[in-house]
Amino acid sequence: MAAPAIPLDSDRLRSIKRKKAHGARVGYAFLSPWLIGFFVLTAGPMIASLYLSFTDYDLFNAPNFTGIENYTRLFSDPNFLKACQVTLYYVVVGTPIKLISALAVAMLLNAGRRGMGFYRSAYYLPSLIGGSVSIAIVWKAMFIDNGIVARVVESLGGPAASAGGWVGDPNRTMPMLILLTVWQFGAPMVIFLAGLKQVPVELYEAAEVDGAGPVRKFLKITIPMLSPVIFFNLLLETIHAFQIFNSAFIISNGTGGPARSTLFYTLYLYFRGFRDFQMGYASAMAWVLVLVVGLVTLVMFRTSNAWVHYSGGNK
Amino acid sequence: MSATSMPPKAAGKLGPTVSAQQSEQLRKAARRRGAVGSTGFHIFALAVLVVILYPAVWMLTSTFKPSNQIVGNVSLIPSDFTLANYATALEGIGGVSFWTFVSNSLILAVASVVGVLISCSLAAYAFARVEFPGRNVFFACMIGTMLLPFHVVVIPQYIVFNNLGMVNTYWPLLIGKFLAADAFFVFLMIQFMRGLPNELDEAARIDGAGHARIFGSIILPLMQPALITSAIFAFIWSWNDFFGPLLYLKNPSMYTMPIALRAYVDQTTTSDYGAQMAMAMLALLPVMLFFFAFQRHLVGGVATQGLKG
Repeated sequence: MAAPAIPLDSDRLRSIKRKKAHGARVGYAFLSPWLIGFFVLTAGPMIASLYLSFTDYDLFNAPNFTGIENYTRLFSDPNFLKACQVTLYYVVVGTPIKLISALAVAMLLNAGRRGMGFYRSAYYLPSLIGGSVSIAIVWKAMFIDNGIVARVVESLGGPAASAGGWVGDPNRTMPMLILLTVWQFGAPMVIFLAGLKQVPVELYEAAEVDGAGPVRKFLKITIPMLSPVIFFNLLLETIHAFQIFNSAFIISNGTGGPARSTLFYTLYLYFRGFRDFQMGYASAMAWVLVLVVGLVTLVMFRTSNAWVHYSGGNK
Repeated sequence: MSATSMPPKAAGKLGPTVSAQQSEQLRKAARRRGAVGSTGFHIFALAVLVVILYPAVWMLTSTFKPSNQIVGNVSLIPSDFTLANYATALEGIGGVSFWTFVSNSLILAVASVVGVLISCSLAAYAFARVEFPGRNVFFACMIGTMLLPFHVVVIPQYIVFNNLGMVNTYWPLLIGKFLAADAFFVFLMIQFMRGLPNELDEAARIDGAGHARIFGSIILPLMQPALITSAIFAFIWSWNDFFGPLLYLKNPSMYTMPIALRAYVDQTTTSDYGAQMAMAMLALLPVMLFFFAFQRHLVGGVATQGLKG
């Protein structure tokens, strides 16, 4: 907006002021449900859990201030360290496999043949149901001893499953859960597809005229043009992966086993907070998670300048 | 923000080197190749489809197999078709009827939808259409809550609800819905509202309409697609929610489907896979129905907002 050409007289000034005050009142009125929710359900509890993380609160007795004891105990707690290791493995291995699968299938579908809409919807279905208790139960039934996965692996000449199948083998629970998350590649795929649609066809045509092959086109056009979407998917999927709970809880029957191989971070937090009622200790765990997720987010945003290209218009 | 307003660099460099004629030739060539590649495309796409849908179809057909023919049975066609599993599943758990769980889940899901639609559309209107001090700060806060692991608020929330005697009620599961705690929906609606022309508001304002009028009579009716998408996701998320009910619902007559399902699996251990599968299937049924009825809205919502399933 250009500056007003005529000087403001006091009447107009007053009217503008009144309008502003009115806008503020209206704004806060519309925002009030969210504002109350923000302070009562998010900001307040965050401060409370920060305080609790420095106490030994157990839900029944008044909290005693214990300083940083919870935090120092965390890092000598073998279960906590195991939970970190399990979760990091899941995030670092599972997320890239899921995203690469999503991108690969999105590029295939973007070839724009008939039936693309049908495939897109069908591939998306697992994302909608994959986190449910129902699917966790199905997954468990597929991967137990004598389950269909063990049958197929055996018939293909693979090693016979040990007793308990994949569900009972500490070395195979993680691949089983990573398969479950990769199965849900549909949601990031749909986002990749939306991004691929935005890449101008002329770029590929120009590159073809200049003699670029498919690999070069992929590396020099698709990846840079898609980088904002890749960034978005990577950030969201990583944050989600840190918080895996339902499938691990159901498949391990609420134990995190066998041999703590599915003792994910949130599972251990749940055990400490809501089974043992060590609310202080669990709060410290929650804050460590917030710091880690915050740090990962920050690093991603900081490094994004180097590889995320924004071209024309808003995202 | 300077990076976003720059012209497309690559396009500027490469664009002029292609003439319209060349472009036309290339497109023709691509089309010719397309006829050959089409079969390959469909073979590959169908192969992916089979792998993707196999677990879901296996689950569905397993519910019609006798209980001892499910585990390890790769076949998708029940050799001895039976409805016994559904009969067992419908018997309920520990004296609580199956339909109690269904109606509990339904009550929560419908109430969630109502809460989300009201609270999130109000908040979105404030962010998208009203200027007020602190708007940008609160907007940043809202985006922040989308990325925040909810575990950091769940413990104090539980303590407060416990002290208020609200454990074993639906309040802890519903209050957040009526206070726009699901920032994803607020964000989705803001994005949609930003696409609506401002001239509409201005015209209405000249005619003397206040914000309440503009919101109720102009914006709300126009943002129906965003409301539908939000409603569908709010329903499905509430229906599938496991962690919330696990924390707050202790009394079996209050259980929702996912919690009842887990209790059922616990109780039957490894014995009755048929009934487990049937109950798991029934728990997914509404989600599947929503998927088939609204797949366009669902996929569209994911494509534009990055909503997760």
